[in-house]
Amino acid sequence: MSALLEIRGLDVVFDGFRAISGLDLSVEQGELRFLIGPNGAGKTTLIDVVTGLTRPAAGTVRFGGEELVGRREHEIVRLGVGRTFQTSVVFEELTVLENLDLAASFRRPLWSLLRRRRGASPAVERALSTTGLSGLAGQRAGILSHGQRQWLEIGMLIAQEPRLLLLDEPVAGMSLDERARTGELLTEIARDHTVIVVEHDMDFLRRYASQVTVLHEGAVLVEGSVEQVRADPRVQEVYLGRAREEAGDVVR
Amino acid sequence: MTAGGADVTARGADVTAEGADMAATAPVVVRQAPPEPARPRWSRLGGPAAFTATAVLVLVVAPLLLEPFRLGLLAKYLCYAIVALGIGLAWGQGGMLTLGQGVFFGLGGYAMGMYLKLHDAGGDLPDFMVWSGVEKLPALWAPFGNPVFALAMAVVVPVLVALALGTLVFRQRVRGAYFAILTQALAAALVILLVGQQGLTGGTNGLTNFFDIFGNDVAADTTQRGLYLTVAIVLGVLYLGAWQLVRSRFGRLLLAIRDGEDRVRFLGYDPATVKTVTFAMSAGMAGIAGALFVPVVGIISPALLGVVPSLELVVAVAVGGRYALAGAVLGAVVMGYARTYFSEELPDAWLYLQGALFILVMTLAPKGVAGLASGVAAGLRGRLARGRAAA
Ligand SMILES: Nc1ncnc2c1ncn2[C@@H]1O[C@H](COP(=O)(O)OP(=O)(O)OP(=O)(O)O)[C@@H](O)[C@H]1O
Ligand SMILES: [Mg+2]
Repeated sequence: MSALLEIRGLDVVFDGFRAISGLDLSVEQGELRFLIGPNGAGKTTLIDVVTGLTRPAAGTVRFGGEELVGRREHEIVRLGVGRTFQTSVVFEELTVLENLDLAASFRRPLWSLLRRRRGASPAVERALSTTGLSGLAGQRAGILSHGQRQWLEIGMLIAQEPRLLLLDEPVAGMSLDERARTGELLTEIARDHTVIVVEHDMDFLRRYASQVTVLHEGAVLVEGSVEQVRADPRVQEVYLGRAREEAGDVVR
Repeated sequence: MTAGGADVTARGADVTAEGADMAATAPVVVRQAPPEPARPRWSRLGGPAAFTATAVLVLVVAPLLLEPFRLGLLAKYLCYAIVALGIGLAWGQGGMLTLGQGVFFGLGGYAMGMYLKLHDAGGDLPDFMVWSGVEKLPALWAPFGNPVFALAMAVVVPVLVALALGTLVFRQRVRGAYFAILTQALAAALVILLVGQQGLTGGTNGLTNFFDIFGNDVAADTTQRGLYLTVAIVLGVLYLGAWQLVRSRFGRLLLAIRDGEDRVRFLGYDPATVKTVTFAMSAGMAGIAGALFVPVVGIISPALLGVVPSLELVVAVAVGGRYALAGAVLGAVVMGYARTYFSEELPDAWLYLQGALFILVMTLAPKGVAGLASGVAAGLRGRLARGRAAA
């Protein structure tokens, strides 16, 4: 059986600058894959390509046998790929429940949206309880704290019921407590989903990651378990070249 | 799990009870979400009560109190209010600043005007065509002799034009000021087209001199009263429809698109479709308004649907409050009255006054009068609640 996500020979060029060059990546059904790399390594760009936000100059992205390159963003979502953003975006005027409900309703035909929502669908209930936001269901999303927003975004992703989830730095800007809470959440989600997580935070990685792909200058540098990656001299070098503290974290 | 992790779960507990549960026990227990906070009864009934009161005022009190001339004016403003309702939907809810609603208003108006003209001509050529030297009824006009066809076209043509424009424009992700300018250009273009085709459209004069509508003298007081009631009822029905739409999932989606179109794509929706459909609805409303306007006021001409009238309605909606449908409707009526009053008393000052009012509202109260009102209401509610809690 081939992998759920297969990226081959990917090139992304921004005004002559190669953000990704010749990248290959496979993610199997059911995997929880961490994607790390120094600033500007091309992690966000990779997610952007998979989700249709950025057009690659060359290469293929196959998801469950379907080519994603050239499709529009919402079509890719409809094939079962969901994502969050590095800076979370929720709809502040809508309540938490309405945010989740919108995320859960995209498969309905447009005309059926003309009816009013009654209560919460099972998918929305699940998203609420998984993210622990049940108590805030009726509140406007605008009043949420930074951490709660990130959780709401993850909740919207769960409510979408995608086959593949792409999370871009879900713990960025979170307190230590919130990080651990998010880690639990990820582990929970990964139980029955295929998940790719972009993460900078080494501590977080050590704690929750199993399979790690290290990106450097737009290509895959190393792939393996957390231990393998941490022991790899090339990874140490990349991080040493960038930031000593962070490198210390990886090598230790 | 590390000690740090355990810590967090403990703290998660004071965020929400489920937080603690989830970390401790997997698989996750799916539970019923608590009901959304129930609003106090009087607050829930406030909307319907206000609507009913307004309906009684408009349908019963106004016809009894107002002399025919004043009632005719109110009918005219209510026609504008129908356009404003559409602008409130497209702009206030959907973020599409449309400066060209006059186009759709005009298309509806001309469809109705063509029927009335043909009906009055009774098989001959309409008067203005004779004056322009037209000898044979243009093929475009012929089907408009049928009132059902004409009324249908008053809605269908604006909707189709808006669907075509929306499909072309929104798919290309044209929005904001570019969309606004485009719609304005459309209004300017339609005026040029209408003025240029004298024999077909009556040119600058437009279509006027109507005598009979469905067997009644257009100018008679009873006819005008009937027209007034028709306009008021149509506005009421459209308002309820729009209100329902805003509260539906579609309405929530529309708000989401207004506030973050790019994010909505990643929820699996195509914003272009939703915007196009909404824009077409607002165009249909403007078309209906135009068709009602013609027998009420007795004329449709390029001056009534160009850039300036389109802009004036947007200003009225902004002043009334674009985020609330009621604000948009009230804005149109109030600005209509203001316009009539000031152009009688101080004809030159009106344009400046209107501009100044617009700037004032946009800078001091961007949510318009409706926004101010709901702010005050929320303040009062808060006070009441605090008072009750203290008691
Ligand atoms: N739209 C764009 N136009 C031009 N250059 C871009 C664009 N998007 C990204 N880049 C460049 O491409 C490179 C990769 O960026 P990307 O955002 O993918 O990095 P990243 O690995 O996500 O970094 P970070 O950890 O800082 O989020 C960077 O050098 C960035 O400046
Ligand atoms: Mg990034």
